[in-house]
Amino acid sequence: MSHQLHLEDVTVSYSRIPAVHHLNATLSCGSCVALLGPNGAGKTTLLKAIAGLLPLETGRIEFRGHQLEGTSGREIAYVPQREAVDWDFPVTVRGLVEMGRYPALGKWRRFGAGDHAAVEEALHICDLEDIADRQISALSGGQQQRAFLARAWAQKADIYLLDEPFTGLDRNAVEAFAQAMRRLREAGKLIIASHHDLKSVQALFDHILLLNGELVACGPTVEAFTQDNLDRAYAVHVFSGHAHHHA
Amino acid sequence: MNWILEPFEYDFMRRALLACVLVGFTNGFLGAFVVIRRLALMADALSHSLLPGLALAAILIGLSPLGLLFGGLLAAVFVALGGHLISRSSRVKEETAIAALYIVAFAIGIALIKYAGVKVSLDHFLFGNILGVGDSDLWTSYAITCVAMLLLVAFQRPLLLTIFEASVAKTQGVPVGMLLGMLILLIVLAMVSSLQAVGVLLSLGLLILPAATIYLLSDSFDTMLWGGAALGTFGAVTGLLVSFWANIPSGPAIVLILGLLFLLAYLFSPRYGIISRHFKRRHLHEESLERWEKK
Repeated sequence: MSHQLHLEDVTVSYSRIPAVHHLNATLSCGSCVALLGPNGAGKTTLLKAIAGLLPLETGRIEFRGHQLEGTSGREIAYVPQREAVDWDFPVTVRGLVEMGRYPALGKWRRFGAGDHAAVEEALHICDLEDIADRQISALSGGQQQRAFLARAWAQKADIYLLDEPFTGLDRNAVEAFAQAMRRLREAGKLIIASHHDLKSVQALFDHILLLNGELVACGPTVEAFTQDNLDRAYAVHVFSGHAHHHA
Repeated sequence: MNWILEPFEYDFMRRALLACVLVGFTNGFLGAFVVIRRLALMADALSHSLLPGLALAAILIGLSPLGLLFGGLLAAVFVALGGHLISRSSRVKEETAIAALYIVAFAIGIALIKYAGVKVSLDHFLFGNILGVGDSDLWTSYAITCVAMLLLVAFQRPLLLTIFEASVAKTQGVPVGMLLGMLILLIVLAMVSSLQAVGVLLSLGLLILPAATIYLLSDSFDTMLWGGAALGTFGAVTGLLVSFWANIPSGPAIVLILGLLFLLAYLFSPRYGIISRHFKRRHLHEESLERWEKK
């Protein structure tokens, strides 16, 4: 019961328009959850709300029995979309992963042996040891994605929120990233990733959360990933307010 | 050899050199944040918006460094906050709002100086007058250097997180908005301290050229910070000496030296210079051709 993320009656707005309505769901540690739904279903909004980047209009989010408030927790790691990052930033892969330790270090504490160990471990888990000293723009898309995952691991986060991590990755890169994700899962972490490629869901994720402004389905992939549920989520009747007549 | 030592014999030159060390170091260090966060144009706007504050302070309380400091600070904060407010409350985007405000502020500044008829030359503010550095100017520069370096070093980690990826930094509990505000304030402080050396119009060069140069040479943010500070110091001091020997104003001399170094890095940086990149690409191309032929 305790190692769970509870979403209770969660409503979140994005620029004042409610994007996620009264959502209830429970996700357990040690699972990889795909956040699925059509464009505009509120996938990114929900991720940002869990990360504490957007305020909740209603409801609450609890992790391990205590309420998550604001963004002060280190137990959550947010990994943005790849396009949102300035890859020319003067930092190496190792430097990027070291940033994961900063919140724990505060302002003055020196980077100690424990911190170095955490960084090395993160590099190992995400298979980045050989390229640890490369500048981050000299990485492939999959390696960049894994570097951020390693940073989250170095932070010793328990919940990993990934925004479209598989977008633009080729098959090998997808497999390498999925392997890193599975290692995190085996270590008892909760991984929640927004995802849009329905074909790969069964291979990559053991749980899904199907979203269309409101919750459509949430559960193990084998049970919830059904044609019926997908139809309910994706067969959207778009209300435009106008009747378009084409001659 | 006498001509080398000559500048150090004059009291005003020794003061000017000390001022250059302080100003070059602070601006060079701060520049890394400005370059990475893409605040260069914002900083340019702030430098121009100092003018009405300086003019008003000069009219009301004369040319005391502290008065100028607060006048400039107020004017720049007014422009930065005003731009932010206008962009939030209308469809005008932030860079347009800030540009609109700073150019109006600059015009007000020029009008004030002419209209008020105090014994302040516009040139003094626009281009600096390093040879007129007094004790209180030095103390002001020194205090600004201490405050800026203390804050930047203390907040180096959260600042780095903020300028790298603000939303991730927020989820790590970093007060992103406050840190960016602090950065803007420090930019204004550093510019006020460099007024004597290079003036309003050229202060931007001291801020961004050293960091931009190191950015072309290194993949480490720490190197950008301390290398920028070292290069800023070197450029300011060298520029001052050149201005003495060649009898040109100190501001342009400093900015030209720093600009020359930037150009050299742009051309010859081992990793990111265009000439070395050109050769490297050919090298890779030949390599792949070779492989192709072997097949």
